[in-house]
Amino acid sequence: MAAAGKTHATRWGVVNVVVVLYALFPVWWIAALSFKDPGTLTDGNYIPRDWTFENYRGIFATSEFTRALINSIGIALIATVIAVILGTMAAYAVARLRFPGKQVLIGMSLLIAMFPPISLVSPLFEIERIIGIFDTWPGLIIPYMTFSLPLAIYTLSAFFREIPWDLEKAAKVDGATPAQAFRLVIVPLAAPGVFTTAILVFIFCWNDFLFAISLTSTESARTVPAAIAFFTGSSQFQQPTGSIAAAAVVITVPIIIFVLLFQRRIVAGLTSGAVKG
Amino acid sequence: MSTMAGPAKGRKAPSAGARQERRLGWLLCAPAVLVMTAVTAYPIGYAVYLSLQRYDLRFPARAEFVGLSNYGSVLSSPFWWDAFWVTLFLTVVSVAIELVLGMGLALVMHRTLFARGTVRTAVLVPYGIVTVVAAFSWQYAWTPELGYLADLLPSGDAPLTEQWPALWLIILAEVWKTTPFMALLLLAGLALVPEETLKAAMVDGATPWQRFTKVMLPLMKPAILVALLFRTLDAFRIFDNIYVLTSGAHGTGSLSILGYDNLFTALNLGIGSAISVLIFICVGIIAFTFVKLFGAAAPGAEVKR
Repeated sequence: MAAAGKTHATRWGVVNVVVVLYALFPVWWIAALSFKDPGTLTDGNYIPRDWTFENYRGIFATSEFTRALINSIGIALIATVIAVILGTMAAYAVARLRFPGKQVLIGMSLLIAMFPPISLVSPLFEIERIIGIFDTWPGLIIPYMTFSLPLAIYTLSAFFREIPWDLEKAAKVDGATPAQAFRLVIVPLAAPGVFTTAILVFIFCWNDFLFAISLTSTESARTVPAAIAFFTGSSQFQQPTGSIAAAAVVITVPIIIFVLLFQRRIVAGLTSGAVKG
Repeated sequence: MSTMAGPAKGRKAPSAGARQERRLGWLLCAPAVLVMTAVTAYPIGYAVYLSLQRYDLRFPARAEFVGLSNYGSVLSSPFWWDAFWVTLFLTVVSVAIELVLGMGLALVMHRTLFARGTVRTAVLVPYGIVTVVAAFSWQYAWTPELGYLADLLPSGDAPLTEQWPALWLIILAEVWKTTPFMALLLLAGLALVPEETLKAAMVDGATPWQRFTKVMLPLMKPAILVALLFRTLDAFRIFDNIYVLTSGAHGTGSLSILGYDNLFTALNLGIGSAISVLIFICVGIIAFTFVKLFGAAAPGAEVKR
């Protein structure tokens, strides 16, 4: 019996190790590349023989990367804040209020969740050039917040449905208007869900590539994923492999931190929004 | 006016409270609706308009209305159909693999005896990581002289420069990145399978395989369909992985790559927009098929409360 339990445990152990390796292998590889010096870059080793921070020093010395990093952080944060505010309002209405047109809102966000971004690239490119926001922060913030709104609305309305109704009713009995009940009772209760949603939306904006390369043309708004695709070596004979790897690791760090700190929340957010909905 | 506005049988005029609730509902949804309309509905209309023009950014003065001729040129071009079949192939194969792997991963996350947190954390890494970053990692792994994986191949092989090996590597990159998402959606479905039902089936002598196919799968069907719908549409617009891995060379370009190239390399806004609109129609057809044929319930669409 104990032996059977032991083999069972061993089997799960092996399976778990396989899963973890599967998930982390490419990340390990690019991290290893980023710590290699140009001499050993091509040795194919999983562990750098001579550790060096040269690649990191290199990218942080150029505005090409630092500017892109600032753009990435700023654009993703602003888009996240706006999307979460708009999403919170709409999700509250969806989860709590009765009003005609709710299905239209839900159907519409579903449509946008399925929308192929490439279909919007040509008109947005043209419209943004006409109104003068091409290659600016708003030029990226606007499509990001729009495409993350459905995610925000689904996840938030799933969280909001779990909040105890009664507290809100009690507030109303005590004379609060629906708006006050929203602000004073629901918002504090909803904060964890809002926070989780913000993480998911941020990851979404952080990840975008197509809009970032299509709607920018200079360093002024280009985000890191787009910038590294345009990296050139520090000399014309040098491949930018080391720089790309280092930049890739830098923008992976926030994701790893989120995942380590908020694993439980992220899983809850993704699963609740997806099916219970 | 009031005679027209009395639709339902015996429904009273909404009370003050209900009216207030309705107004608040509209008010709270209005910003989201406005943003979504302004940034998607209006531009897609504009894309249709652009697609009816001859509009080459190099010669803007020569723009003129040409009707459907852009669509004619696109649909009669082998580039469109090559990209279409490549996209379809990538979508079908990668989603099929993801479904199987994702189901396995979901079962592991659901059932594993220990280190559940570690497994879930590790699995979230591919979900969260920037696609371009992962794509570069794969590209370097498969580049001869640089990568550990290319070194395993007979020397002289550069898999990313041949059509079929490159397509399979694109699938590998796509599957790695998106299986966790699929697994999480399926995990939510697994949570809906009552433990007692499984125990009862076990008592009745059902084998593990029978319990999986006869009990779990039917109960998970809605979750599976939603996951498939989302991943299919997502896979159909594949862009990042191909852009980094092959730039669409050697017959690996997807429809999104084709649209991008026409817009930003050929600078042909008319043709590019026609491609945009056609991709939009394809996605619409896929979504419609899923909902009609398989009865996939849109998440959030109909909630029993």
